[in-house]
Amino acid sequence: MAVLSGILIDGLSYGMILFMVSVGLSVTMGLMRVINLAHGGFALLGGATAHWLTTNTDLGYYFSVILAVLATMIFAIAMEKIFYRKIYKFTELQQVLATIGITFLMIASVNFLLGSTILPIRSPEFFSSSVDLGFRTLPVHRIVVIIAGMAIALGLYILLDKTRFGIQLRAAVDNRNMASSLGINTARVYALSFALGAGLAAFGGILGAELLPIDAYYPLRYMVLFLVVVAVGGLGSIAGSFFAAIGLGIIDTAARYIVPEYGTIFFFIAMILVLLLRPQGLLGKK
Amino acid sequence: MQETQIKPAENLAQTAAPARSRKFLIKLLIDLALIGVGIAAYFIFPDNLGFITRILIMIILVLSLDLVLGYAGVATLGHAALFGAGAYGAGLFAVYFSADPLLGLLVGAIVGAIIAFISGLFLMRAHGLTLLMLTIAVAQILQEIINKERAITGGSDGLLGIDMDPIFGIYAFDFFGKTGYLYALTVLVIVFFALKILVASPFGAMAKGIHESAPRMRAIGTPVYWRLVGIYTISGFIAGIAGAVSAQVTELVSLEAFGFALSAEAMVMLILGGLGRLYGAIIGTVIFMVVHHTAASIDPFNWLFVIGTMVLIVVYFVPEGFMGLPVKLRRWLRWQK
Repeated sequence: MAVLSGILIDGLSYGMILFMVSVGLSVTMGLMRVINLAHGGFALLGGATAHWLTTNTDLGYYFSVILAVLATMIFAIAMEKIFYRKIYKFTELQQVLATIGITFLMIASVNFLLGSTILPIRSPEFFSSSVDLGFRTLPVHRIVVIIAGMAIALGLYILLDKTRFGIQLRAAVDNRNMASSLGINTARVYALSFALGAGLAAFGGILGAELLPIDAYYPLRYMVLFLVVVAVGGLGSIAGSFFAAIGLGIIDTAARYIVPEYGTIFFFIAMILVLLLRPQGLLGKK
Repeated sequence: MQETQIKPAENLAQTAAPARSRKFLIKLLIDLALIGVGIAAYFIFPDNLGFITRILIMIILVLSLDLVLGYAGVATLGHAALFGAGAYGAGLFAVYFSADPLLGLLVGAIVGAIIAFISGLFLMRAHGLTLLMLTIAVAQILQEIINKERAITGGSDGLLGIDMDPIFGIYAFDFFGKTGYLYALTVLVIVFFALKILVASPFGAMAKGIHESAPRMRAIGTPVYWRLVGIYTISGFIAGIAGAVSAQVTELVSLEAFGFALSAEAMVMLILGGLGRLYGAIIGTVIFMVVHHTAASIDPFNWLFVIGTMVLIVVYFVPEGFMGLPVKLRRWLRWQK
């Protein structure tokens, strides 16, 4: 029972972090058809900024996190205007090459400014305390992560299903040319959703720093992990990313609890099974 | 009526023959010059033979990737799976059965081909992102299996205790890597010419055809899926050779042989050099590895700046890769006039 609830809680919080970081990647890959290997770089930049702010200033945790996420989003808009505009028109392999190049530059910059050690983010004291639920105690950090993940999933659902921006985004995903001929400013939709994805990656990177520690090589180390979530969930599907992230998070955590000597093998077997049965991912469109 | 149809064709063949043979001669000279560079490097850089041997091994791997990615157009980020299979195949064979290098080379190649065939059976049904992810997964799963069977493979400590016999019983692998270098160079030359013949053959034309339009190839009767599995298996054979040479020359195999970094680097080198050209695989690998090596030895902390900038410059300004540079340059010169 203790093992089962441990797997569920840890798996759920791990899945939420995977979801937060990957969902932006799913949107950009589904919407802009860009294989953006630099996505993890935005999580790194958010995490590194948060590390710097919490250790070198008196802004406090919450304000630092908000500032780090906003800074990452502004940086993402600049990147979109300078680099990604052209990348959209590249072939797939050139996109892979270009975004790997951008990732290298991000890693090198963080390495140059902050070094190659782990960059801890100083979180409030009570995050590391635990809550007694009667049948077991839970670290507060896990609860915060799960609640934040749920809130973001809900917020994204409302944003995409109920707002004007969401309608424009979905229209652009379905058919970019048709959307722009109907008067939707697709360039703006692209830039905004790119910044949104980068901001979510930064937020996920900061919150997930306890499970996926931030250091300069973060984007390369976890690149595969985020791509797996997107591929299993289905390109451009937010609900797909959500279920894929949580499912994979629980499978990976369960394997670590029960058969740790097998490492990540079950994670990848689960992915292969899903992709063999549904090559377009759980909720992806053909 | 038939005679008049044949005649122009004969004429064409006669006039085209000298031009074609001259072109063939030039290409042969280029190849001989490349081999000359390989032999010259042996005498010019006696202290860096280990590093140059790594370049040669990497060229074999990138050539095998070029066959799949450049010629047949199958995007894979898991070529390390085949390299690692060859490396562990040859390494384990040397430790447990026989330390004969050539036998080990064959074993490594066959293990690479078998892994490629089995994984190819389901990989070649997928496309795009799904394919990329599946190829990554194959490499990761093989890595975990090798890691788990540490009693046999040494797990994360790497496979130790490889001690190769002399080649043909005469040329022993020496401490300075002289034999290892010449061995790797010989294997590379053989692989290169074999690939050259292969891509110029009807089989190579078929691979390019699948790349350009799989439905059309299907329409003229090519069993596309089985041909792709075949191409992938051949590529696995060659990647296995690369892995085997690496295991034999360094007498060590580590889990990194299956690493995502190796797959990604091989792909970057190939795209840098130019896809679908065997020379592109050579040039891309040499430039990437030399720049990487030089930048890392000048500044071990910030060399990624150099690599990242080089990659971006190439992809933005010479999207065809280094092999597209002469054409770009010529066009630019003409425009200047």
